[in-house]
Amino acid sequence: MSLSELTGRWKAFSYGFLDPSAKRELRRKMIKAVAVPGCQMPYASREVPIARGWGTGGLQVTLTLVKPASVVKVIDQGADDSVNAASIRRFLSRVSGASETWDTLDATLIQSRHRIPEERLSRDQILILQVPNPEPLRGVEPNMSTARQMHADADYGRMWLQLYEQMVRSGRVMLGASYPAMVNGRHVMTPSPIPRWDVKKLHMAEHLTILSAGREKRIFAVPPHTRVEPLVFDDVPYKVEDHANLTCARSGVTGYFMNEIPQEDGSAGYEVSDSHFGIKAIDARDGGTPTVGQTWYKNGELA
Amino acid sequence: MSALMKEAPRLVRTQPLMELSGLSKSYGDVRALDDVSARVYPGEVLGIVGESGSGKSTLLRMMNLEESPDTGSYRLDLPELPEDLFALDRFERRMLRARRIGIVYQNPHLGLLMKHSSSGNVAERLLVAGERRFAVLREKAQVALEASEFPIPRMDAPPIELSGGMQQRVQLAKAIALEPAVLLLDEPTTGLDVSVQALVLDTLKRLQQERRITMVLVSHDLGVIRTMADRVMVMRHGRVIEEGLADQVFQDPQHNYTQQLVHAKL
Repeated sequence: MSLSELTGRWKAFSYGFLDPSAKRELRRKMIKAVAVPGCQMPYASREVPIARGWGTGGLQVTLTLVKPASVVKVIDQGADDSVNAASIRRFLSRVSGASETWDTLDATLIQSRHRIPEERLSRDQILILQVPNPEPLRGVEPNMSTARQMHADADYGRMWLQLYEQMVRSGRVMLGASYPAMVNGRHVMTPSPIPRWDVKKLHMAEHLTILSAGREKRIFAVPPHTRVEPLVFDDVPYKVEDHANLTCARSGVTGYFMNEIPQEDGSAGYEVSDSHFGIKAIDARDGGTPTVGQTWYKNGELA
Repeated sequence: MSALMKEAPRLVRTQPLMELSGLSKSYGDVRALDDVSARVYPGEVLGIVGESGSGKSTLLRMMNLEESPDTGSYRLDLPELPEDLFALDRFERRMLRARRIGIVYQNPHLGLLMKHSSSGNVAERLLVAGERRFAVLREKAQVALEASEFPIPRMDAPPIELSGGMQQRVQLAKAIALEPAVLLLDEPTTGLDVSVQALVLDTLKRLQQERRITMVLVSHDLGVIRTMADRVMVMRHGRVIEEGLADQVFQDPQHNYTQQLVHAKL
């Protein structure tokens, strides 16, 4: 007796790749995460057809939220055209019938690895951030049970101690990405490895942000109009990357987060990290009339 | 009541700062504490002596609210605290420990983050208590380290690079950084050589005299207790078998075990 005789004829039994029970699990945990902003909710992470660590957490959330009318944008470190971003976007479109886009303004669902777009997101949009390591206390407390107890007690003294140590040793806070932030004055979260430049975009934002780690099986969220405050000392202000005066070599825009491109002569060139924002800027420079949304930053300063 | 008695001035009776009543604790079949009561008065040093397994460290852990007894109560005579501190939840205990109770452990690994800077270890206590100004953290850490006679040029060296005596000074600085109501010392000089022991004890004595810090000192070293303590409590098999002024206990021990202890030392 062959396997094909034992099994029924294949047919699509669920919409958007995930089975209904997986979606229900994701939905329930997302609601909990929204109800307690910044608090990590454990969930039964499913297998999806990409490897753990490549965005499985974000993909499961997107697959749960996606519908045929959705417009999906996927970015990988700011780029819409990287192999990973393109593969995920095409997969989402294929299993759900949703439209694909590179334009932040058109998208209803934005799945991202390591960046938040430069154009402001609106209340109708959902940002899904892929998170490799959801536990901000990992560096100061390797025991996961103890770390969860520390979250329950709001015992975050060691997080500040980490900042103190960096100030003592280097004269400044040395965290480039995953800068810990207090959400709604209660839970400290890691905002996934987005640069410091992007952390403040989450503060009192119009949009909903869902952060999901598939390998670590944790979901947390920042609902609209929620305080997200990076951990800082009262007398040492939060600093973003020093990109305010850098100019994109391709599009000519200044005052946005840039990728550093090493040059053959040893120097560095820069291009704007949000690739489609750069494309719009090039279009505008060449006489086109692209629709550019309001940006979070203006002249290198948070607007 | 006679008129004379009514008009007589009331005697001023000092309230104990710390009062533990009827503490009992068992670990399986082992009775670690058996109906132990203790009072500590403001500004005094209470020495607790006893052999290993006598229950003195368990008692100290309860004083530090790290552990709860099976029965018994614990009162600290400070404003806004409940009658029984064992009723506090984990968060409240942590805040009370951070703000009002200092502790120095025998093993510095229990009290310090060995790879963080020494000043950071002191700052941690201030951070837990809610201080968020970097400049103030630096200043207070330096003041506390100076008070414990730690060499300031080394204040940012991690304890793992320091000698045992210096590690104990860092622990002491951490413990006194917030001017605790009571300082608990769990064998603070055990494992140090005699000359370093003397230096650490000198520092403790100076702090006690200058700041009138109330201290509870646990040790099996009678010499240390004799040097530091105003009153002494002798423990054996989880019970207090003798208690009194230090001179009285050392010069005229009543209990057979205390007599053996004192004579063995002599």
